[in-house]
Amino acid sequence: MNQVAVLTSDNPIYRARLLRHRIGITLSVAAMFTGLMFLLWILAVLIINGFGAIDLDIFTKTTPAPGSAGGGLLNPIVGSLMMVGMATLISTPIGIFAGVYLAEYGEESRFAQITRFVTDVMLSAPSIVIGLFIYAIYVANVRHFSGWAGSFAIALIAIPVVVRTTDNMLILVPNSLREAAFALGAPRWKVATMVRLRAVKAGVLTGVLLAVARISGETAPLLFTALNNQFFSADMNSPLANLPVVIFQFAMSPYDNWRELAWGGALLITFSVLGLNILSRLIAAAGQKNG
Amino acid sequence: MSLATPTPEATTAPGMTTTLQVQNLNFFYGQFQGLKNINLDIFEKKVTAFIGPSGCGKSTLLRTLNRMYDLYPGQRAEGAIMYSGRNILDADVDVNVLRAKIGMVFQKPTPFPMSIYENIAFGVRLYENLTRGEMDERVEWALNKAALWSEVKDKLHKSGLSLSGGQQQRLCIARGVAVKPDVLLLDEPTSALDPISTVKIEELISELKEDYTITIVTHNMQQAARCSDYTAYMYLGELVEFGETDKIFLNPSKKETQDYITGRFG
Repeated sequence: MNQVAVLTSDNPIYRARLLRHRIGITLSVAAMFTGLMFLLWILAVLIINGFGAIDLDIFTKTTPAPGSAGGGLLNPIVGSLMMVGMATLISTPIGIFAGVYLAEYGEESRFAQITRFVTDVMLSAPSIVIGLFIYAIYVANVRHFSGWAGSFAIALIAIPVVVRTTDNMLILVPNSLREAAFALGAPRWKVATMVRLRAVKAGVLTGVLLAVARISGETAPLLFTALNNQFFSADMNSPLANLPVVIFQFAMSPYDNWRELAWGGALLITFSVLGLNILSRLIAAAGQKNG
Repeated sequence: MSLATPTPEATTAPGMTTTLQVQNLNFFYGQFQGLKNINLDIFEKKVTAFIGPSGCGKSTLLRTLNRMYDLYPGQRAEGAIMYSGRNILDADVDVNVLRAKIGMVFQKPTPFPMSIYENIAFGVRLYENLTRGEMDERVEWALNKAALWSEVKDKLHKSGLSLSGGQQQRLCIARGVAVKPDVLLLDEPTSALDPISTVKIEELISELKEDYTITIVTHNMQQAARCSDYTAYMYLGELVEFGETDKIFLNPSKKETQDYITGRFG
């Protein structure tokens, strides 16, 4: 007990600081719970309403016609996977190379500085504008909606995410590592790709996964590009069904089985995105451990 | 240009060849002058130490010898550094070829994010096309040169980052040696290491000078006294005194040098 007396201070400056500390901690914890509560609430509502729709049918049957019973989400699941997959294939190399360029030349070239600024604008561009853009330059010219158009639209959303994470990760690489590679007589492009990019490959992969998560829930850019397809199609040149647009359509329909499928689709997307986020964290953590 | 074998530029003492000859070197960080009219010879297969208080320009001088400063716009050097008959400060010198001939090891160990084997093969592959067997031999040879082979021979394919700090630094030396340079520049190679690793690196330096010309920047005067043949004492961007290490430490001709090495200053 004597010890406690020694360690208890009635210094007024210290008491005031302690009080401020306690108020600050209380407010932060309250803020954290507010944010967390809404996330858990959303997940709970999704599970309560959507879990009933998750069965084998949702993965094996196509979307039902109006008024017909049952049905599943096979066509939008396949359509979404195809378009997100294609968009990832398009945006990953472009995004990584642009990110390497920005990190390597960004400080000395005016062009790179402008590119970095435009990328930041693109990051926050409303996705519906991107959809309209692809509609105007592609869909209006070929005169039909298609999976390609949908892929291009969401690729445009993914590219700036990959560019910025690659750029930000590369800038964290210690300059000494770069100098060490130059000191062996390595040309600049080799230093940039084989040493610098390699040092942050886990972080770059995280950026790609986050971009995939970001585009897998996009609805607006697909409305004007891939549209929808009530039948099964794996042809990228035809309109393609996709989860976000199906959810949008079915959720507002008068049919009970459609609304249930919309909940099921929402649950699928949300948990896929959650899974991608967790995976990217695991990869980042593993990358930190192995350097 | 060719930077093949160094031709003797000048001989100051019998049997001594100058590898690098620094002539009227001035160096600028933008407006700030970091080096003032440096003249210095670096002799073949000898260890030359640069000593002096922080900010005296010793690292700057080292980084002119392989034009590392070229990476940074706004930094420039004037004067001449003669190496195998060429002024390496000339704009048309291929800095990549130059750096392959004049290797560098840094203060902090900088293993690349790849396996121990690949760390060494990376530099070799830049200039040589070796078969798998030849590369294996080269890697073993370089690791032996850096006194690291026995410690890593069973884990060549583990990450270079899995090694201890002292081992990482020897890996960096092995990597520098593997490309068979003429000169090794060491920029405070032991200042981030524990005493035992420091001793190992110092022993290594005295072995490596059989084959290489070595230049070392050090904060540690005992280290300069222990492992160098020549010492340059620098202060505020100027070369105060340069000569044989024994003479600089036992009988310096300038009072400033004496004050610094006796610890009265700096």
